[in-house]
Amino acid sequence: MLDILVPILSAAVRSGTPILYATLGEILTEKSGVMNLGLEGLMLMGAFTGFSVTFSTGSPWLGILAAFIVGALLTTVHAFLCITMGANQVVSGLALTMIGTGASSLLGRSYIGETIDGLEKFTVPILGRIPFLGDILFSHDAMVYISYILVFLLWWFFSMTREGLNLRAIGDSPRTADSVGLNVKRVRYIYTLIGGGIVAVGGAYMSVAYTKMWGDLMTAGRGWIAVALVIFAIWHPLRAAFGAYLFGGVEASQLRLQAAGTTIPTPLLLMLPYVLTIIVLVIISVRKGKGLLFGAPASLGQPFYREERE
Amino acid sequence: MNVRMSSDRPLVKMQSIVKSFSGFKANDSISFELFSGEVHALLGENGAGKTTLMNILSGLYIPDGGNLSVNDIEQDFSSPRDAIHAGIGMVHQHFMLVPSQTVWENMILGLSEVPQFLPKKKIQSRIREISEHYGLSVDPHARIWQLSIGEQQRVAILKMLFRDAGVLILDEPTAVLTPQETVKLFLTVRQMKSEGKGIIFISHKLDEVMDLSDRVTVLRKGKNVGTVKTGEVTKEKLAEMMVGTKVSFSVSKQKLSPGRPLLSAEKMKVINDRGLCAVNDISLEIKENEILGIAGIAGNGQTELCEALVGLRNLKSGSIRLGNKILTKASPKTFISAGIRYIPADRKGTGLIPNMDVNENSILKRYWQVPVSRGITINWKIVFEFAKTIVEKFHVDTPSMLTPVRNLSGGNLQKLMLGRELSDTPAVIVAVHPTWGLDVAATNFVRKVLLKERERGAGILLVSEDLDELLSLSDRLAVIHKGQFMGILNEPSGVSAESIGMMMAGTKLDPENEVCA
Amino acid sequence: MRMLKIEKRLNLPLWLNLSIPLAAVTLALLTGGIFLGFLGVSPLKAYSEMLISSLGDSYGISETLVKAIPLALASIGVMLSFKMLIWNIGAEGQIFIGALATAAIVRYLPVSNPALMFILMFLSSAIAGGCWASVAGFLKARWQVNEIITTLMMNYIAIHLVDFFVYGPWRDPASLGFPMTPPFPDAARLMQFGNSRVHLGIFIAIIFAFLFYWLIGWTKWGYEIRVIGENPRAANFAGIDYVKNVVIVMFISGAIAGIAGMCEIAGLQGRLQHGFSASFGYTAIIVAWLARLHPLVILFVSLLMGALLVGGDSLQIVMHLPLSSILVIQGLILFFVLGGEFFRRYRIQFISRKDG
Repeated sequence: MLDILVPILSAAVRSGTPILYATLGEILTEKSGVMNLGLEGLMLMGAFTGFSVTFSTGSPWLGILAAFIVGALLTTVHAFLCITMGANQVVSGLALTMIGTGASSLLGRSYIGETIDGLEKFTVPILGRIPFLGDILFSHDAMVYISYILVFLLWWFFSMTREGLNLRAIGDSPRTADSVGLNVKRVRYIYTLIGGGIVAVGGAYMSVAYTKMWGDLMTAGRGWIAVALVIFAIWHPLRAAFGAYLFGGVEASQLRLQAAGTTIPTPLLLMLPYVLTIIVLVIISVRKGKGLLFGAPASLGQPFYREERE
Repeated sequence: MNVRMSSDRPLVKMQSIVKSFSGFKANDSISFELFSGEVHALLGENGAGKTTLMNILSGLYIPDGGNLSVNDIEQDFSSPRDAIHAGIGMVHQHFMLVPSQTVWENMILGLSEVPQFLPKKKIQSRIREISEHYGLSVDPHARIWQLSIGEQQRVAILKMLFRDAGVLILDEPTAVLTPQETVKLFLTVRQMKSEGKGIIFISHKLDEVMDLSDRVTVLRKGKNVGTVKTGEVTKEKLAEMMVGTKVSFSVSKQKLSPGRPLLSAEKMKVINDRGLCAVNDISLEIKENEILGIAGIAGNGQTELCEALVGLRNLKSGSIRLGNKILTKASPKTFISAGIRYIPADRKGTGLIPNMDVNENSILKRYWQVPVSRGITINWKIVFEFAKTIVEKFHVDTPSMLTPVRNLSGGNLQKLMLGRELSDTPAVIVAVHPTWGLDVAATNFVRKVLLKERERGAGILLVSEDLDELLSLSDRLAVIHKGQFMGILNEPSGVSAESIGMMMAGTKLDPENEVCA
Repeated sequence: MRMLKIEKRLNLPLWLNLSIPLAAVTLALLTGGIFLGFLGVSPLKAYSEMLISSLGDSYGISETLVKAIPLALASIGVMLSFKMLIWNIGAEGQIFIGALATAAIVRYLPVSNPALMFILMFLSSAIAGGCWASVAGFLKARWQVNEIITTLMMNYIAIHLVDFFVYGPWRDPASLGFPMTPPFPDAARLMQFGNSRVHLGIFIAIIFAFLFYWLIGWTKWGYEIRVIGENPRAANFAGIDYVKNVVIVMFISGAIAGIAGMCEIAGLQGRLQHGFSASFGYTAIIVAWLARLHPLVILFVSLLMGALLVGGDSLQIVMHLPLSSILVIQGLILFFVLGGEFFRRYRIQFISRKDG
């Protein structure tokens, strides 16, 4: 039994990692009160940038760094429209998705079919030797380990630090934050951009570490799944990790089933993550009660202007 | 009282401040001075420019013109941060607190001198220290949304003291307090004053201004009408300065004996949005030709009670009927058809549709009725005629019938809504804060309209935070506390504000005086 | 000291109302041109190719019309839900489901009378698309399940569902392995005009545009959905049933998109095949937004977007640029239109502020 389970769980962590990065990035963005629905486009641009830079420099780390920068730059447009111009955040996010999808496919034409060495796996000393857990959690690549750190870092940041407290206040009650002298717009810019960068890193993980190749539309809706996971996680980084690995697990078992030559037709298998997303979302919304209310930043999606008179 | 000023140099000096919004001059060259050890009242009607002026002083608004100095240092605040640095702290009417966070978290919000890794223990002991010193007790661990309005106000004041503010601006602080809480607040203010702080007290309640302040500055329509020493002026004189002409405070109310019962509710239980019991076992009766007033501190179940009575909120248990018609569990439209009308407090948020025009807003309660609509279509010609009669009868000042109502002033919004709700001689009217935020003329207009409806035979339920308004308009007055009636007073004008205050704070009326409907 | 002052606009002059969207599209094309230039493609050549291929001759114009049909229909659908602030971005999936239902009718209930066949296909695609969309509508209305995500996830599900049939049980044995159903019989084909590919769907689109223009502006139901969209609390206050209206609007919204799917395969392609819709459902969102949710303006904007798509096709054929370049231009248009909203709502003026 464990012989089957351990590889699947290990694969779940790997295929959950891109979704985890995207979810964490979006949590950071949304905590400031800005909603970014352009995740799918950002991930694709991240995947393309990561791949092309790794391909031409040979360094996956440069690729990931470049993806972060491109993700943040692309998000600048969204941030400008939503934070400075007070534009509709839903529509702006859709536009970002379109541009990211279109641009990545346009720019990525010449890379189709190329491969890279990408990120190497290494087993963490000591931790990797823990039975089962070592195989599941600590025999991956460095980006997986960084994602673990990021999960705890964000959790610590939100709950223990002054900056995190200020950030939550800006997302919950920008008027209050403004009245005590916090610069609402600046903080929103900062975390929207960092969040966008992290989302793009999630995309880069797909091409640089997971598949080690570039494919048109290769994220296949993972960006949208991440948007749903933010709600599932009630904006909590630890729950985000749980959600991401759940989806990773579905993907891993689906691939395994296909490889094992199941009689279930492929299109039905491919539907699975999307069906699961809806189910997860419905469950969380039906029994939401207070959890969702207090997790969700109260001003999410609403622009802030100081001189607005009632 | 002896006016003691620690120096002859003002703590705050504002000169010729100008600020306009979309062409409307909220502050028209206002000058204002505050000395340390002084309580300076800022008096004026709603819309006179008090809050705008103070928002400029606290750095929230940037003035279009004028000078500002604090402690003799010329200031050019570009954000609240600058004002906080200069020692100015404002306690806004809608408290600037983050509801999901705890008291101690709110205290340190935005403070750059707090270490990055938060020292909870130290912060909490400092909070206890200050709160004991000023008699503002509060639990540092409580989350804001769990606190009562009075407690939230204490947190808001503490927050400014935590920041060592030398100038405190209190924007209508007593509007949300019981008379007893008000007395306690005034003690705190006097202590701050004795320590040399300067306090600006924004109000439109003359008695409180006379009681607390050393000097008064009166604003009217964005202009400074004059600054006077409180000891050298009378209440009547202040009122005259405020309004511009002599005003009579009394409304003439015809003596009428209430008729047959219209709306009766039995043992109502209602749940609020948070899932808590907001109305707990209330029974009431609204009769013909009477106004039933509801007094109470905001958030004690008034909104839920009214929403239940007009069919917008389901009863958990209990019953409602109009005459012989059972309305329990009926749809909102059935309530409307039965002749129950609602004037909600939140005009733009609930009562009207800001982006729709006057025509479209006028039919919100009758768009499905003949002749406004026939079959599935709406006849806009008839709507136009109908809206026009409302506009004329209720003196709604609007550029055109196609103007989106977001462009109308508060008074005109209220008149439009009243006109719509009262256009077809309703049986029962539920009005919540109908004069809130209106100027004196509009307030008088609204009160007169309500009294006229009473004379016509309507039964009216009136919720208000203005005790004077309740006492002068109501035939009976119920006091609500934590979703329960503390008692219903049959002769409200003969009862002292103090004993009503006791009831608002949760003391039940003596059983022998209690007359439950 | 000079400073910027931003004020709310009380009214919008006509010249601004017209020039803002125009400026938005122009700026989007300019930015797109820079992007193309960066890729080593002459933007001038690309744009002139697009213009000539889409509007240069009668064939181009007819192709533009052909593309405008599903765009206009799906756009009328999403417009309705957007009016109520329900973010239905599932038109793409609803198009697929409508087409799937059409193909099911052709396969299992073929009749030889074209009129009857049309009615059957019309109804089945509308009901299927409508039911598909109202799932998301119901979840939203009943439990506030985020409809953006559910409608989007259902797009992926619908596309895979169609794949399941065209790769599996419905695959044409004569298709040489291509994922498509057998060609539809003539009775199941919509009328086409002259020797162009323009089909009956164009009338359906025009009729629907006028129908919904009337429904929204002149009926009780239209009034209700506008009130809900502008102020849900006021709607509740007037006793308008939110849950019921959300489900109805989502049903109609999905039904129209479903009909768009039917038109696309019965009017144009003559069979159901893998990936038959060129993201019409997503483009429809831009159309609706550009048209400021006005049903008649949607007709006009659909033509423009149709031309853009035809131009995109020819870019692919003549200049070997992938279709996705059109996605970039669409996204840019949306960005600039959003930016333009700011200038509709606010007036910016320089004022001088007296110094010390």
